[in-house]
Amino acid sequence: MTAHPLAGVIARMARLISGVNVRWVDSEPDARQTVYFANHSSHLDFVVLWSSLPAEIRARTRPVAAQDYWDKGLRRAIAVNIFRAVLVARRHASQEISTALDNPQEAIEHMLDAMGSDNSLILFPEGTRGTGEEIAAFKSGLYYLAQRKPGLRMVPAHLNNLNRILPKGEFLPVPFISRLTFGSALTLGPDEPKPAFLARARSALCRLRDI
Amino acid sequence: MKNLDPQLVWAFAGVLGLLALSSLIGLVLKAVVKKPEAQATIGNLNARIGAWWIMSAIFALTLAIGPVGSLVLFGLMSFLALREYVTLLPTRRADHRTLFWAFFIFTPLQYFLIAIQWYGMFAILIPVFAFLFVPARLAIAGDTELFLQRASTIQWGLMICVYCLSYTPALLMLKIPGYGRPAKLMLYLVLVDQLSDVLQYVWGKLLGRHKIAPVISPNKTWEGFIGGVLSATAVGTALWWMTPFRSAVAAAVSLTIALMGFAGGLTMSAIKRDRGVKDYGTLIKGHGGILDRMDSMCFAAPIFFHIMRYFYVR
Repeated sequence: MTAHPLAGVIARMARLISGVNVRWVDSEPDARQTVYFANHSSHLDFVVLWSSLPAEIRARTRPVAAQDYWDKGLRRAIAVNIFRAVLVARRHASQEISTALDNPQEAIEHMLDAMGSDNSLILFPEGTRGTGEEIAAFKSGLYYLAQRKPGLRMVPAHLNNLNRILPKGEFLPVPFISRLTFGSALTLGPDEPKPAFLARARSALCRLRDI
Repeated sequence: MKNLDPQLVWAFAGVLGLLALSSLIGLVLKAVVKKPEAQATIGNLNARIGAWWIMSAIFALTLAIGPVGSLVLFGLMSFLALREYVTLLPTRRADHRTLFWAFFIFTPLQYFLIAIQWYGMFAILIPVFAFLFVPARLAIAGDTELFLQRASTIQWGLMICVYCLSYTPALLMLKIPGYGRPAKLMLYLVLVDQLSDVLQYVWGKLLGRHKIAPVISPNKTWEGFIGGVLSATAVGTALWWMTPFRSAVAAAVSLTIALMGFAGGLTMSAIKRDRGVKDYGTLIKGHGGILDRMDSMCFAAPIFFHIMRYFYVR
């Protein structure tokens, strides 16, 4: 699939506004099918992560976003046409506290569909935006994707300071220099239980915060 | 292009010659020196020289455009410097809207006041109005945790990154009898201040033995300080023809610029050490961030401006 004509301009603008400093720790950009999983504290998160990927990888990488927030009007036009976001439904959309997926099985199928044979995904396994300080426990989606696609690369990506640029509940941004740190890929081990895998993935992400 | 008087052109020709000479020395050093630990220093030196070419070109271009060019350049530098500063300091969620005011209201307004030449308001916007506004806005936000520390952090950032730095293009407001347009004066300040930084670095690398402030800045030495300040003063004196000064006055003024610049570098380094970082940013290759480059200007510019205004403006 080809990138939207505005994709390059938007990526450049997002990098400029967020002043993002991108680092690949013990890793490098890889065009193979990958799930990038990141901590979530700002609406800017997926835009910045997506913008920081090399153009040819970006063209085949789709963010997973909450349908209740992104599925209306202009937001939808941007999310779907430019970022090619995969929208998944959350239960009790109006209450941010509940982050459970409306129908987890259906959402996983939807993501697998969107991935096809060569698309990558950007996923926020905490399920909702946090305060930017703590990384919450992961939801199970990451595990189910790994289970359904054996050998799928899972790359941790830690986003720093984006919650300071645009915190939850604010609509005007303040400029800070942000940082995005990619780590090395992990894959689901044979017979690795769900809690162990999710904990391992989360600690890989936490480790990047302190580097 | 009406700003391009011959003296300005001569000064820039000098800068061009200096850059060409530095690049040549950099190339020779790179080819001759083989010790691995010295090679890292030379790599950094060459990165710095490369960045100097770009910075000089941008400065020359904005100066040629006229006052608007300089105001946009310094306004943007203030904005980016403030961004580097607040990124490094601990701010809280409740500071968000106050910071928005600092970045998007006070910073542009400060430079706008220079553009319309309203000196009276330029001089008090941040020390009076922003000074009072910041804590009041924070109080309205309702978070009392570390209140005074947070208010002072924002006030101080506005003072250093915006107010003090804006004194450089503010020189363009001055009307000095018999001197013509003061763009030359701005170039003189930037030249002496930045050369003082460079010469302190060069003397320090060549002769530096005795650390002057080991806790704050491990690279600053007595040899670098004395050599740099004296040679910058010598350059500043030799450039008396582009200023309204007699040569003895040019010596005193450029010594003041160099000393203030040193104080600025030291102060801004103390903040970096407290926050446990080496540089404020990564925008300028080999140098660090805007604030790493402009720290000396933040201290030298206001003092230089007020010397000029007190003694030379009637």
